[in-house]
Amino acid sequence: MAHNEYLLQVRDLTKYFYRQRFFSSDREPIRAVDGITFSIRKGETLGLVGESGCGKTTAGKAILRLIEPTSGQVLFKEGNILDLNREDLRRLRPHMQFIFQDPYESLNPRMRVGEIVGEGLEVHRIAQGKDKADRVSEILEKVGLHPGDAIRYPHEFSGGQRQRIGIARAISLNPQLIVADEPVSALDVSIQAQILNLLMDLRDQLGLTYLFISHDLRIVKHISDRIAVMYLGKMVEMANGEDLFRRPLHPYTQILLQAIPKLDPSKRSQGAPLREEFCPHDLKKGCLFQPRCPHSKEKCQMEEPLLLDHGEEHLVGCHFVS
Amino acid sequence: MEFQTKSFWHYFKQNRLAVAGLAIILVVFFIAGTASLIAPYDPGKTNVSKKLKSPSSEHLLGTDQLGRDVFSRMLYGSRISLSVGLVAVAISLVIGVFVGAIAGYYGRWADAVLMRFVDIMLCFPSFFLILTVVALLGPSMLNVMVVIGITSWMGTSRFVRAEFLSLRERDFVQAARALGMKDRRIILRHILPNSLAPVFVTATLDVATAVLVEAGLSFLGFGVQPPAPSWGNILTEGRTYIFDAWWLTVFPGLAILMTVLSFNLLGEGLRDALDPRLRGRR
Amino acid sequence: MKTPLLEVRSLTTQFFTEDGVVRAVEDVNFEIHPGEILSLVGESGCGKSVTGLSLLRLIPIPPGKIMSGELLFEGRDLLGLEEREMERVRGNDISMIFQEPMTSLNPVFTIGNQIMEALQLHQNLDKKEARRRAIEMLDRVKIPSPEVRIDSYPHQLSGGMRQRAMIAMALSCQPKLLIADEPTTALDVTIQAQVLRLLKEIQGEMGMAVMLITHDLGVVSEIADRVAVMYAGRIVESGPIEAIFGEMRHPYTRGLLESIPQLEEKKKRLNAIPGQVPNPMDLPTGCKFHPRCHLMIDDCKKEEPPLYPVNKNHFSRCIRWKECC
Repeated sequence: MAHNEYLLQVRDLTKYFYRQRFFSSDREPIRAVDGITFSIRKGETLGLVGESGCGKTTAGKAILRLIEPTSGQVLFKEGNILDLNREDLRRLRPHMQFIFQDPYESLNPRMRVGEIVGEGLEVHRIAQGKDKADRVSEILEKVGLHPGDAIRYPHEFSGGQRQRIGIARAISLNPQLIVADEPVSALDVSIQAQILNLLMDLRDQLGLTYLFISHDLRIVKHISDRIAVMYLGKMVEMANGEDLFRRPLHPYTQILLQAIPKLDPSKRSQGAPLREEFCPHDLKKGCLFQPRCPHSKEKCQMEEPLLLDHGEEHLVGCHFVS
Repeated sequence: MEFQTKSFWHYFKQNRLAVAGLAIILVVFFIAGTASLIAPYDPGKTNVSKKLKSPSSEHLLGTDQLGRDVFSRMLYGSRISLSVGLVAVAISLVIGVFVGAIAGYYGRWADAVLMRFVDIMLCFPSFFLILTVVALLGPSMLNVMVVIGITSWMGTSRFVRAEFLSLRERDFVQAARALGMKDRRIILRHILPNSLAPVFVTATLDVATAVLVEAGLSFLGFGVQPPAPSWGNILTEGRTYIFDAWWLTVFPGLAILMTVLSFNLLGEGLRDALDPRLRGRR
Repeated sequence: MKTPLLEVRSLTTQFFTEDGVVRAVEDVNFEIHPGEILSLVGESGCGKSVTGLSLLRLIPIPPGKIMSGELLFEGRDLLGLEEREMERVRGNDISMIFQEPMTSLNPVFTIGNQIMEALQLHQNLDKKEARRRAIEMLDRVKIPSPEVRIDSYPHQLSGGMRQRAMIAMALSCQPKLLIADEPTTALDVTIQAQVLRLLKEIQGEMGMAVMLITHDLGVVSEIADRVAVMYAGRIVESGPIEAIFGEMRHPYTRGLLESIPQLEEKKKRLNAIPGQVPNPMDLPTGCKFHPRCHLMIDDCKKEEPPLYPVNKNHFSRCIRWKECC
């Protein structure tokens, strides 16, 4: 497929955190994101799933340079984001936005909703004064809030409504790419569905491209075209959503899918045969999943598997794909 | 720390001492503002025939060794104490917030350099530093204000730095960055307003300290110079006559005590009301 | 029918705050039989956790107060007990585990010490015997090498291990009822599956009853026998698990289930419940769900509907339960 179809290409992105220690030469980093590569087409939604600590949020923030990556390339709009200087990056920011997990943390408590949503318009000199107020009303209506809400403060709203304000802020500058980091996991079930619907409607109306980060496989499956599974900073499998659920090839993905609670009491799962949790960062070589893998063989301890295409863009990082 | 006006007043009101402190401070402010209207006599007018009169209906707080009305001098003196306190703290706030904000927001070497500078500043015994500087520059009200200001900002800067360090990682600050805002705007509109509540608390406590320092300097003769009245120099002049005219030392002493105490009580009340962890202990 | 282990009759718990009265739990009735898993399910603020805390009389007073009701545990009203007697019930007859084990495990004692403390207190065991039993309990919750782990401090264990240690502690005195408040919400999905299976297994072996408080219908469907759905402080539907998931008779239950994406089918949009969860200080008149309900008629605004019996085990608080679903 031609490259110009892709809106975002991430190549070998890494983010290491170095433990700050006094009087110690221990420079072994925590490899939060350890060389991930993927691309997202225009208008596509890529779901990034994994359990806590797998590096999915760090990856999302590093792509937008909300934290500085250690190395890699992020190609977006004919350039590598990681090469931009501060001012050029600032000018590019309107095209790529972030939606945060916690709607109570992500809104400035001392600003009115109208200021929160309209600030980007003002900073980038898109609209001012009356024009800005009109645009804000329009955006608020688009996310299901009332134009009159502009004069209220965030603490007057419930979690779901606050998340709508966060979404309004993210779409205010007409971005092309939105990285959504667990945007519904802090919300009640009935509100989750509303916000998911809103995100899908906006995608259709505005032609948005999402990188959708979540630990909830049901939600990821529902909203994504393709899904990438992360484990300890690495990508272990990536495929079309339907394909991944029908034909999970990596043992970790298989276990993850088995562990999803069924919504039918007559089909109770027999439980996942996964070995105990395991402290990851002292493993020097081999497959990272090997210590917990039910099919682990000798090769897995010696050699790290590569992420290989097993047909129809189904990438798997396992030596023994069945 | 989320600042919600309603619960803030609710908790503040419960602290009676803090409310009393606030009331006294308001009274002192009122007196300072209207001293020229309510003072029965010109504070500088001498009348040797009436020297060292004890408090009476004519002279509420008596007269001093030159026959000046102590009550009137005290009223005018409140202006000095308050303005030195407020201006000194304002200077210290500006420096402290600026240094703390830069150190906390930019971190790395800016933080290292500025905080080491703070450490150095903290090594000087500040009262003697103030004395030295005033001795060199010559005593005047302006010098006293400035010197107190530039020797007392370190606490504020540490405080602001800590607030900035935690606030800059908060999601709403990251969101501002994601929208492409410049650092100046992020600092002024997103971080600073959310870090000010605790700064006000320390500022209130600092006013009390500054009032006390001014009184001390004036007492030692390095502060406001006679014949201009300040609580500190009224006290000094009265010292000579402490056995003959107790009112010359007791009233200015009480005024200093009450004002300093009130600012301290107010500051503590503010701190308790602003810090949800301390709520409900009363 | 067996006699219930616990019978809750018209439990009403309220909180008196400066902003007004929070009617957290209003006239809640249910029973738990020995050896069954009853799940209390609902969204945040529906009163499910307050119900759990009320059962152990752990509501902070003030601002909270149990206004009325009876909590008959083996025929004895817990609300009538002296505080000293209640202390003997807690941990011994009824135990509780919470979402975040770190909040209920003391960080400065080893997990062994904490389990042994309960055993020594409630069962009058000596130290050696208590330690033996503690190791046995850790083994039972499948903590590997329990004789080593017993001397670990809580922070040395992973999240899943801590929750297992919590369960071991809660079960050490072999309670007849375990109240589990969101026991797996903080855990990853693979660990959640293991902990749920463990809970179910142990419950079966020990024959105790479990009251599982959760917002997650997936968790409910995995292990519960009976379900009570709560909304705005009330039970709106209750019944056997198959009935709740298969033939629900309340629009809220249905809305909750349809809010969750199905794995099997790809639907364009979810049937979300419109509107917000009501403010417990300012509840609507009549049926508390009517402002969000697609079946709403004028009668719904007037009077709060009673729990209509769908059959002898299944109840719904909806006047249109026959048409619903």
